[in-house]
Amino acid sequence: MPEPQEIHTPAITKITPFWLQWLFVEYRPSNEAVPSLGRRNRVLRIIATRLAQGLLTLLLASAIIFAATEILPGDVAEAILGQSRTEEALATLREEMGLNRSAIVRYFDWLGGMVQGDLGTSLATKRPVADMIVSRMWNTLRLALLAAAISVPLSLALGLWSAMRAGGRVDKTLAMTTLAIIAVPEFFVGLILMKIFAVELRWLSATANTRPYYDFWENFRALALPVATLSFAVVAHMMRMTRSSVINIFTSPYMEMAALKGLPKRRLVLRHALPNALSPILTVIALNLSYMVSGVIIVETVFGVPGLTRLLVDGVSLRDIPLIQACAMIFGSVYILLNLLADILSIMANPRLRYPK
Amino acid sequence: MTDILTIKHLRVEGHPPGGAYVPIVKDVSLNVGKGEVLALIGESGSGKSTISLAAMGFARPGCRIAQGEVWLNGRDIMALSPRDRHALRGDEVSYVAQSAAASFNPALRIGRQVIEAPLWHGAGDASTLTADAVNLYRKLDLPNPETVGQKFPHQVSGGQLQRLMAAMAMSCGPDLMILDEPTTALDVTTQIEVLKAFKDIIRDQGTAAIYVTHDLAVVAQVADRILVLKNGEMVEAGPTDQILHDPQRDYTKTLMAAVRPAPHLVNHRDTVAARPPVVSARTLTAGYGTVTVLSDVSIDVPAASVVGVIGESGCGKSTLARVVAGLTPLRKGEIMLDGKAVAPNLADRPREALKDCQIVFQMADTALNPRHRISDILGRPLEFYQGRKGSARADRVGDLLELVDLPRSFASRYPGELSGGQKQRINLARALAADPKVILCDEVTSALDTVVAAGVIDLLKALKDRLGVAYMFISHDLSTVASFADEVVVLYAGRVVEKGPSKAVFSPPFHPYTKLLLSSVPEMQQGWLEGVANTIEAKAASAGSVVIGAKGCPFSNRCALAIAGTCETVVPPVRELSGGLQIACHLAADHLPLS
Repeated sequence: MPEPQEIHTPAITKITPFWLQWLFVEYRPSNEAVPSLGRRNRVLRIIATRLAQGLLTLLLASAIIFAATEILPGDVAEAILGQSRTEEALATLREEMGLNRSAIVRYFDWLGGMVQGDLGTSLATKRPVADMIVSRMWNTLRLALLAAAISVPLSLALGLWSAMRAGGRVDKTLAMTTLAIIAVPEFFVGLILMKIFAVELRWLSATANTRPYYDFWENFRALALPVATLSFAVVAHMMRMTRSSVINIFTSPYMEMAALKGLPKRRLVLRHALPNALSPILTVIALNLSYMVSGVIIVETVFGVPGLTRLLVDGVSLRDIPLIQACAMIFGSVYILLNLLADILSIMANPRLRYPK
Repeated sequence: MTDILTIKHLRVEGHPPGGAYVPIVKDVSLNVGKGEVLALIGESGSGKSTISLAAMGFARPGCRIAQGEVWLNGRDIMALSPRDRHALRGDEVSYVAQSAAASFNPALRIGRQVIEAPLWHGAGDASTLTADAVNLYRKLDLPNPETVGQKFPHQVSGGQLQRLMAAMAMSCGPDLMILDEPTTALDVTTQIEVLKAFKDIIRDQGTAAIYVTHDLAVVAQVADRILVLKNGEMVEAGPTDQILHDPQRDYTKTLMAAVRPAPHLVNHRDTVAARPPVVSARTLTAGYGTVTVLSDVSIDVPAASVVGVIGESGCGKSTLARVVAGLTPLRKGEIMLDGKAVAPNLADRPREALKDCQIVFQMADTALNPRHRISDILGRPLEFYQGRKGSARADRVGDLLELVDLPRSFASRYPGELSGGQKQRINLARALAADPKVILCDEVTSALDTVVAAGVIDLLKALKDRLGVAYMFISHDLSTVASFADEVVVLYAGRVVEKGPSKAVFSPPFHPYTKLLLSSVPEMQQGWLEGVANTIEAKAASAGSVVIGAKGCPFSNRCALAIAGTCETVVPPVRELSGGLQIACHLAADHLPLS
C-alpha cells in the first residue's frame, strides 16, 4: 500500500476558494529538495507560517474595512456638518482633516495609527476612540467569557453523550431541542427568558447593568439572562458539531477494532473517538467564540448591556466612521485570533505532525 | 480434540439503508478445535468476514445475527446478554483486521493499544502487561521491542504494524483468534514474516483460529481445514490437502483454476520485434518534500506492447506513473511521448500529448465521481479531446461500453450501481475515450477478486491486439505481470535494479532482489512457508528495511550476497547481459543467483 503523502489542510481551506488557497497552503510538492528539519522545528515552522498567514489576513481585513467605509455615501466632513453644510464649509473641513488626499494615503495613515494604538477620535463625542472602547470592552468580554465557560464544557458533554447514544431517545430529544433552539431567533429566546424569569418570577434582572459595588448574587442576577441567551444558540451549534465529528469517526476501522476488544461505549468515545475528532471540534468552538464577541449585538440590545456592539450600533447611526472602523477591526482581530488559536491547537493535537517518522 | 468454537445453523441478515433485511449468510455450521486453524475462503461478498465476526457474536452496523447458535468454550454466547457477550471480546476471543494501518488508532501510542484489552478485562496491571507485550514483540521478531510500544502507528512500517496487531490480538491470551485477511495488504516479502509469526504463535499458545482469505496459496501454508463459501452458503468443507488437490464441487474447481502459476513457471512469449517507443523516459528523479522517491529511472514503452513495473510498496511504482502522466513534478530527467519531448507538468502539455497518455488508477471506486452518470464520465473526455457532442457523443459512449464488454444500457447508470470489476472496466473505457497510444495501469487488478481480475486482464490483452494500445502495467502481483508483460522493469527503493524482456527477467540469472521477490510468491504446496522462511536470502531480507536514498546499492542492507565495503557505498554498475537483460549489481554476471 503506498503511504499517502501527508498534507496538512487547515480547516479554513475547506471554505476558501481555490484562487485564495495559496494563502493557506502548507505543503506543496516542489522541484527543490527541502532540507529536513527536526521534530520541534517542524511544528514551530508550521505555527510560524500560520501566524504569518493570520497577520496577512488581518491586513486584508483592514483594507476591506477601510474600503467599505469609503464606499458609504458621504464622507466624514459631511457627517460632521450634517444638514447645515455649505460647499465652502465642506471644502475647508476636508482640507483641515486631510480628506483631499487619495484613499491609499489615508488608508496607510489610518493603518499606521492603528499599529501605534491610535484608533482616532470619535466624531460624535470628540473623545479618543480607544478610551471609549476600553470602557465598553469589559462588559462584552465578561459576557462572552462567562458564556464560553458555560457553553464549551456543556456542549462537549452533551455532544459526546448524544454520540454515545446515537439513534437512541437521548440523542433524538437533544437533536430536536437543539434544532428548535437554532431555529428560534436569539432575541426571541432572550425575550421569553426575560418574560419568565424577570417579569413573572422576578428571580433575575431584565437589564444587565452591573455596578462596581454589586456583590456576587447581584452580579449573578444581572448577568444570568444575557449569558444564558448567548449560550443557548452556541451550545446547540457546538453540540451538534461535536456529535457529528465523533460519530463520523465511529465508522473507521480502528473504532471497530476497539469495539472488538470488548471496551464499553464510554471508553470508545472518550479514549478512541474524541482525540481524533478534536480538530473539527476546536474549529467550531473557535467560530462560536468569535461569534460571541462580535455577534452579541442582539443580546446586548435586548438586555441593555453597554458593550462594544452597542457602541458599534451607535457609531453607525451617528455615522461616526473612526469608531466604526475601530470596532470592526477589533471584531476582525478577535475572529482571526481565535481561529488561529484553534488551528495551532489542532496542529499540536496531531501526532503525525508532532512525531514525524 | 475439544472444540473451542462451534457455530450451528448461522444466519446473518443485513439491510441497505431504508431497505428490508436480506440474508447475507445462510445456514452455516462450523467448528474449530484447540490449536486448529480453519480457513474461510471465497470471493468478496461470500460472507466470510461476516461469519468470522459472528464467531465473536458481533454483527456490523446494519446487520444482525438472525438465527443460529455460537458456542464458545462450551456456552452459547448468543444466549448471553449483550453486555456479557461484549465482555468476552478481547478476553476469550480476539480479532486481527485486514489493514493494520487503518485498525490502529492514529492518535494513541501503540503500546497503550496493545495492552488495552487485557488491562480493561483485568488481566493484570499496566507494567506487567507491558512487559508481556515486549516479550511478544520479541517473539514476533519486531525491531526495537523495548521502544516500539512508545511509538505512534504512523511511525512504523506496514509489515511491522501488522505484526503489532498480532501482538495486540495475542496480548489478552485468547482461546480463539479471528484473522480477517491479515496479509492481503502486505508485500510478498513482508507476508512471509507475518505468516510465519502467526503460525508460530498459534502453535506455541495452542490457540484456535479462523483465517479468512481469498488467497489459496496462503491458505495452503496456514490452514488445517478449509471451508469454501459462495454467496453466504457453504460449498465445500474438508482438510486443506483434499480441498486444494481434490476439490469435489465445481465452484471450488473454478477457484483453483483461477490461481495463476508462479512467475517462473509461465510460458513467456518471445521478444517482439523492436518497435518505436511511445513513452521514453530518461533519468527521472522525483519526490515529495524532503523525500526522493525516484532516482535516475529510465523506461521505454514500445508501441502496442506491455511493460510491467514490479516492486514492493513504497518503491516508487505509482510515482513513476504519476511522473509520466505529469501529475507529480519532476526534479530531473525528460519525458518523450510518441517521439516528442513533453513538459514535465500536466498543465504545460499540449492537448495532443494529454490524449496520447492516459492513466487508470487502482481504486475503481474513488476514481469515478459517484454523482455522475456513466454517460457523463465517458462523455467528458470525448468532448474534450474530440469535440463530440449530442448524438455523436452518445453513440461513442455506447461503442466504448461495448469495447469493454459492458452493455450499452449502462450509460444511464451511476457508478454505485456497478460491481467492482464493472467499475474498473468503466475506468478503462474512460482512458480509451481519449484514443490514447499508451495507458498507465496503476495496480488496476489489485483490488479485484482473482476471477474478476483474470477477466480484466483478458480484456486488456484483447484491447491491445485490437487497438494497438500500449500499457505500462504497474503491479505487485508478479504472477499477473509474468503472464501479461512483454518487458519487465524491477524497481527497488526508487531505482531500477533489473529490466529486460519478461522471459529474461523471470529466468536466471537474477538480480538478488528479483530473486527474493520471486521466491517470496506463495506457492500452493503445503510446507512451502517453512522452507522459504529459513533460507539465507529471506533471513537477510527481513533483517533490514527499505532505505530510500541510500548512497550505494539500496538493497545492500537486505542482500545475502552483499559485498561488504562496496555495495553500501558505491552505486552498482549496470551489467548488460544476453537477451537484452540489464542488471544493476556489483556481482559479476557469473556470480548472480541462478535459481
